[in-house]
Amino acid sequence: MDDPRRSHPLSFPVRRRQVLAAGLAGLVMISLPRRALARPSLEEAIKTFTGGAGVLDGRVRLELPPLVENGNAVGISVTAESPMTTADHVRRIGVFNEKNPEANVVVFHLGPRSGRAEVSTRIRLATSQVIVAVAQMSDGSFWSSRASAIVTLAACIEDLS
Amino acid sequence: MARALINVPKTARRGEIVEIRAMIAHPMETGYRMGTNGANIPRDIIRRFACAYDGEEVFSADLFPAVSANPFIAFTLVATASGTITFAWTDDSGETQTASADITVS
Repeated sequence: MDDPRRSHPLSFPVRRRQVLAAGLAGLVMISLPRRALARPSLEEAIKTFTGGAGVLDGRVRLELPPLVENGNAVGISVTAESPMTTADHVRRIGVFNEKNPEANVVVFHLGPRSGRAEVSTRIRLATSQVIVAVAQMSDGSFWSSRASAIVTLAACIEDLS
Repeated sequence: MARALINVPKTARRGEIVEIRAMIAHPMETGYRMGTNGANIPRDIIRRFACAYDGEEVFSADLFPAVSANPFIAFTLVATASGTITFAWTDDSGETQTASADITVS
Protein backbone atom coordinates (compact mmCIF):
# COMPACT_ATOMS: atom_id res chain seq x y z
CA MET A 1 0.00 0.00 0.00
CA ASP A 2 2.99 2.29 0.47
CA ASP A 3 3.97 1.88 -3.18
CA PRO A 4 2.62 4.95 -5.06
CA ARG A 5 2.33 2.98 -8.29
CA ARG A 6 -0.02 0.52 -6.68
CA SER A 7 -2.23 3.23 -5.17
CA HIS A 8 -2.37 5.02 -8.55
CA PRO A 9 -2.42 2.31 -11.20
CA LEU A 10 -2.59 4.86 -14.07
CA SER A 11 0.37 6.93 -12.99
CA PHE A 12 2.93 5.12 -15.14
CA PRO A 13 1.10 5.35 -18.51
CA VAL A 14 0.26 8.99 -17.86
CA ARG A 15 3.86 9.76 -17.18
CA ARG A 16 4.94 8.00 -20.37
CA ARG A 17 2.42 10.01 -22.37
CA GLN A 18 3.76 13.20 -20.83
CA VAL A 19 7.31 12.22 -21.68
CA LEU A 20 6.29 11.50 -25.28
CA ALA A 21 4.46 14.82 -25.53
CA ALA A 22 7.46 16.66 -24.13
CA GLY A 23 9.70 14.87 -26.60
CA LEU A 24 7.47 15.87 -29.51
CA ALA A 25 7.36 19.46 -28.27
CA GLY A 26 11.13 19.41 -28.08
CA LEU A 27 11.41 18.20 -31.66
CA VAL A 28 9.11 20.98 -32.82
CA MET A 29 11.18 23.53 -30.89
CA ILE A 30 14.40 22.24 -32.48
CA SER A 31 13.00 22.24 -36.02
CA LEU A 32 11.46 25.75 -35.84
CA PRO A 33 14.60 27.85 -35.46
CA ARG A 34 16.34 25.78 -38.10
CA ARG A 35 13.63 26.71 -40.58
CA ALA A 36 13.93 30.37 -39.55
CA LEU A 37 17.71 30.26 -40.02
CA ALA A 38 17.57 28.84 -43.55
CA ARG A 39 18.41 31.71 -45.88
CA PRO A 40 16.29 32.40 -48.94
CA SER A 41 17.80 31.03 -52.12
CA LEU A 42 19.25 33.28 -54.78
CA GLU A 43 16.07 32.95 -56.85
CA GLU A 44 13.82 33.72 -53.86
CA ALA A 45 15.85 36.83 -53.01
CA ILE A 46 15.61 38.10 -56.58
CA LYS A 47 11.87 37.37 -56.59
CA THR A 48 11.48 39.47 -53.43
CA PHE A 49 13.40 42.29 -55.13
CA THR A 50 11.37 42.15 -58.36
CA GLY A 51 8.03 41.45 -56.71
CA GLY A 52 7.60 38.34 -58.85
CA ALA A 53 8.17 40.10 -62.18
CA GLY A 54 10.18 38.35 -64.88
CA VAL A 55 13.89 39.08 -65.19
CA LEU A 56 15.50 39.34 -68.62
CA ASP A 57 19.14 38.77 -69.47
CA GLY A 58 21.21 41.66 -70.75
CA ARG A 59 21.50 45.45 -70.50
CA VAL A 60 23.43 44.98 -67.23
CA ARG A 61 27.09 44.16 -66.81
CA LEU A 62 28.44 42.85 -63.51
CA GLU A 63 32.18 42.82 -63.19
CA LEU A 64 34.11 41.05 -60.49
CA PRO A 65 37.47 39.28 -60.42
CA PRO A 66 37.07 35.61 -61.46
CA LEU A 67 39.70 34.54 -58.93
CA VAL A 68 39.44 36.12 -55.48
CA GLU A 69 42.28 35.77 -53.00
CA ASN A 70 40.56 37.50 -50.10
CA GLY A 71 36.80 37.12 -49.80
CA ASN A 72 36.62 39.92 -47.23
CA ALA A 73 36.89 42.65 -49.85
CA VAL A 74 35.95 41.88 -53.42
CA GLY A 75 35.63 44.87 -55.71
CA ILE A 76 32.56 44.69 -57.92
CA SER A 77 31.11 47.12 -60.41
CA VAL A 78 27.71 47.15 -62.08
CA THR A 79 26.88 49.12 -65.20
CA ALA A 80 23.52 49.20 -66.92
CA GLU A 81 22.75 50.35 -70.44
CA SER A 82 20.38 53.24 -70.03
CA PRO A 83 20.20 56.84 -71.31
CA MET A 84 19.45 57.93 -67.71
CA THR A 85 16.87 60.52 -68.71
CA THR A 86 13.75 61.45 -66.76
CA ALA A 87 11.71 59.23 -69.09
CA ASP A 88 14.09 56.26 -69.21
CA HIS A 89 16.48 55.55 -66.37
CA VAL A 90 17.60 52.86 -63.95
CA ARG A 91 15.66 53.01 -60.72
CA ARG A 92 17.36 50.33 -58.64
CA ILE A 93 20.28 47.94 -58.88
CA GLY A 94 20.29 44.96 -56.53
CA VAL A 95 23.20 42.60 -55.98
CA PHE A 96 22.57 39.07 -54.72
CA ASN A 97 24.76 36.11 -53.85
CA GLU A 98 24.32 32.37 -53.86
CA LYS A 99 26.09 31.06 -50.75
CA ASN A 100 26.69 33.81 -48.16
CA PRO A 101 24.67 33.60 -44.90
CA GLU A 102 22.37 36.28 -46.36
CA ALA A 103 21.28 36.45 -49.98
CA ASN A 104 21.21 40.25 -50.22
CA VAL A 105 24.42 42.16 -50.76
CA VAL A 106 23.44 45.73 -51.55
CA VAL A 107 20.65 47.69 -53.25
CA PHE A 108 21.46 50.99 -55.01
CA HIS A 109 18.80 53.59 -55.74
CA LEU A 110 19.56 55.72 -58.79
CA GLY A 111 17.76 58.31 -60.83
CA PRO A 112 18.06 60.60 -63.84
CA ARG A 113 20.48 62.81 -61.90
CA SER A 114 22.96 59.93 -61.72
CA GLY A 115 23.99 60.60 -65.33
CA ARG A 116 25.27 57.07 -65.84
CA ALA A 117 24.06 53.80 -64.36
CA GLU A 118 27.44 52.87 -62.97
CA VAL A 119 28.17 51.84 -59.38
CA SER A 120 30.98 50.03 -57.65
CA THR A 121 31.61 48.81 -54.12
CA ARG A 122 33.45 46.14 -52.17
CA ILE A 123 31.68 43.03 -50.93
CA ARG A 124 32.31 39.87 -48.88
CA LEU A 125 32.16 36.38 -50.34
CA ALA A 126 31.92 33.42 -47.96
CA THR A 127 32.87 30.89 -50.61
CA SER A 128 33.17 30.33 -54.36
CA GLN A 129 29.78 31.20 -55.78
CA VAL A 130 27.60 33.02 -58.29
CA ILE A 131 26.77 36.72 -57.90
CA VAL A 132 23.79 38.26 -59.69
CA ALA A 133 23.09 41.93 -60.37
CA VAL A 134 19.51 42.93 -61.22
CA ALA A 135 18.56 46.38 -62.50
CA GLN A 136 15.06 47.80 -62.44
CA MET A 137 14.38 50.28 -65.23
CA SER A 138 11.94 53.17 -64.95
CA ASP A 139 9.48 51.27 -67.19
CA GLY A 140 9.36 48.51 -64.55
CA SER A 141 11.36 45.90 -66.47
CA PHE A 142 14.13 43.92 -64.79
CA TRP A 143 17.44 43.00 -66.39
CA SER A 144 20.20 40.89 -64.90
CA SER A 145 23.75 39.73 -65.25
CA ARG A 146 25.55 36.98 -63.37
CA ALA A 147 29.18 36.25 -62.71
CA SER A 148 30.95 33.60 -60.67
CA ALA A 149 34.04 33.90 -58.52
CA ILE A 150 36.44 31.38 -57.03
CA VAL A 151 37.37 32.37 -53.48
CA THR A 152 40.52 31.06 -51.82
CA LEU A 153 40.24 32.90 -48.46
CA ALA A 154 36.64 33.04 -47.29
CA ALA A 155 34.92 35.86 -45.44
CA CYS A 156 32.32 35.74 -42.65
CA ILE A 157 33.32 32.43 -41.08
CA GLU A 158 36.74 33.10 -39.62
CA ASP A 159 37.02 33.51 -35.84
CA LEU A 160 38.79 36.25 -33.98
CA SER A 161 41.90 34.79 -32.43
CA MET B 1 31.15 57.91 -35.15
CA ALA B 2 33.93 57.36 -37.55
CA ARG B 3 36.12 58.89 -40.15
CA ALA B 4 34.60 59.40 -43.60
CA LEU B 5 36.50 59.92 -46.81
CA ILE B 6 34.77 61.50 -49.78
CA ASN B 7 36.04 62.33 -53.21
CA VAL B 8 34.14 64.99 -55.16
CA PRO B 9 35.68 67.06 -57.95
CA LYS B 10 36.05 70.72 -56.95
CA THR B 11 34.95 72.05 -60.31
CA ALA B 12 32.89 70.75 -63.19
CA ARG B 13 31.24 71.97 -66.35
CA ARG B 14 27.47 72.24 -66.37
CA GLY B 15 25.95 68.91 -67.37
CA GLU B 16 29.20 67.02 -66.88
CA ILE B 17 28.94 63.59 -65.30
CA VAL B 18 31.26 63.49 -62.29
CA GLU B 19 32.41 60.45 -60.35
CA ILE B 20 31.78 60.48 -56.61
CA ARG B 21 33.53 58.12 -54.22
CA ALA B 22 32.63 57.74 -50.56
CA MET B 23 34.07 55.56 -47.83
CA ILE B 24 33.56 55.43 -44.07
CA ALA B 25 35.62 53.70 -41.40
CA HIS B 26 33.25 51.09 -39.97
CA PRO B 27 33.74 47.43 -38.94
CA MET B 28 30.50 46.25 -40.68
CA GLU B 29 30.29 43.42 -38.12
CA THR B 30 28.14 40.74 -39.77
CA GLY B 31 26.72 39.09 -36.64
CA TYR B 32 27.85 35.70 -37.97
CA ARG B 33 31.25 35.67 -36.31
CA MET B 34 32.22 34.30 -32.90
CA GLY B 35 34.56 36.00 -30.49
CA THR B 36 37.34 34.33 -28.51
CA ASN B 37 34.87 33.43 -25.72
CA GLY B 38 32.65 31.53 -28.17
CA ALA B 39 29.87 34.11 -27.97
CA ASN B 40 28.46 35.66 -31.10
CA ILE B 41 29.70 39.15 -31.89
CA PRO B 42 26.54 41.24 -32.28
CA ARG B 43 25.73 42.67 -35.68
CA ASP B 44 26.76 46.28 -36.28
CA ILE B 45 26.56 47.50 -39.85
CA ILE B 46 25.85 50.64 -41.84
CA ARG B 47 22.33 50.11 -43.10
CA ARG B 48 21.86 53.01 -45.41
CA PHE B 49 23.96 55.42 -47.38
CA ALA B 50 22.44 58.50 -48.96
CA CYS B 51 23.80 61.32 -51.09
CA ALA B 52 22.00 64.62 -51.53
CA TYR B 53 22.78 67.38 -54.04
CA ASP B 54 21.66 70.76 -52.66
CA GLY B 55 19.26 68.99 -50.29
CA GLU B 56 17.68 66.72 -52.90
CA GLU B 57 18.47 63.03 -52.55
CA VAL B 58 20.07 61.85 -55.79
CA PHE B 59 21.57 58.50 -54.79
CA SER B 60 21.17 56.02 -51.95
CA ALA B 61 22.07 52.46 -51.07
CA ASP B 62 20.74 49.81 -48.70
CA LEU B 63 23.65 47.86 -47.27
CA PHE B 64 23.63 44.29 -45.95
CA PRO B 65 26.28 42.38 -43.95
CA ALA B 66 27.84 41.19 -47.22
CA VAL B 67 29.31 44.65 -47.79
CA SER B 68 32.97 44.77 -46.74
CA ALA B 69 34.27 46.57 -43.68
CA ASN B 70 34.89 50.29 -44.30
CA PRO B 71 32.17 50.37 -46.95
CA PHE B 72 33.22 52.04 -50.17
CA ILE B 73 30.72 53.19 -52.77
CA ALA B 74 31.47 54.86 -56.09
CA PHE B 75 28.77 56.31 -58.34
CA THR B 76 28.17 59.18 -60.75
CA LEU B 77 26.18 62.41 -60.64
CA VAL B 78 25.30 65.10 -63.16
CA ALA B 79 26.84 68.44 -62.15
CA THR B 80 23.75 70.66 -62.47
CA ALA B 81 24.63 73.72 -60.40
CA SER B 82 27.21 74.95 -57.91
CA GLY B 83 26.28 73.67 -54.50
CA THR B 84 26.91 71.25 -51.69
CA ILE B 85 26.87 67.48 -51.95
CA THR B 86 26.12 65.85 -48.60
CA PHE B 87 26.63 62.25 -47.62
CA ALA B 88 24.95 60.39 -44.78
CA TRP B 89 25.64 56.95 -43.37
CA THR B 90 23.14 55.43 -40.93
CA ASP B 91 24.08 52.42 -38.80
CA ASP B 92 22.13 49.74 -36.92
CA SER B 93 21.74 51.91 -33.83
CA GLY B 94 20.16 54.67 -35.95
CA GLU B 95 23.14 56.95 -35.60
CA THR B 96 23.91 59.04 -38.67
CA GLN B 97 27.29 60.34 -39.71
CA THR B 98 27.44 63.05 -42.35
CA ALA B 99 30.07 64.60 -44.57
CA SER B 100 29.81 67.21 -47.27
CA ALA B 101 31.75 68.71 -50.14
CA ASP B 102 31.25 71.78 -52.30
CA ILE B 103 31.26 71.68 -56.06
CA THR B 104 31.64 74.69 -58.37
CA VAL B 105 29.85 74.32 -61.69
CA SER B 106 30.79 76.67 -64.49
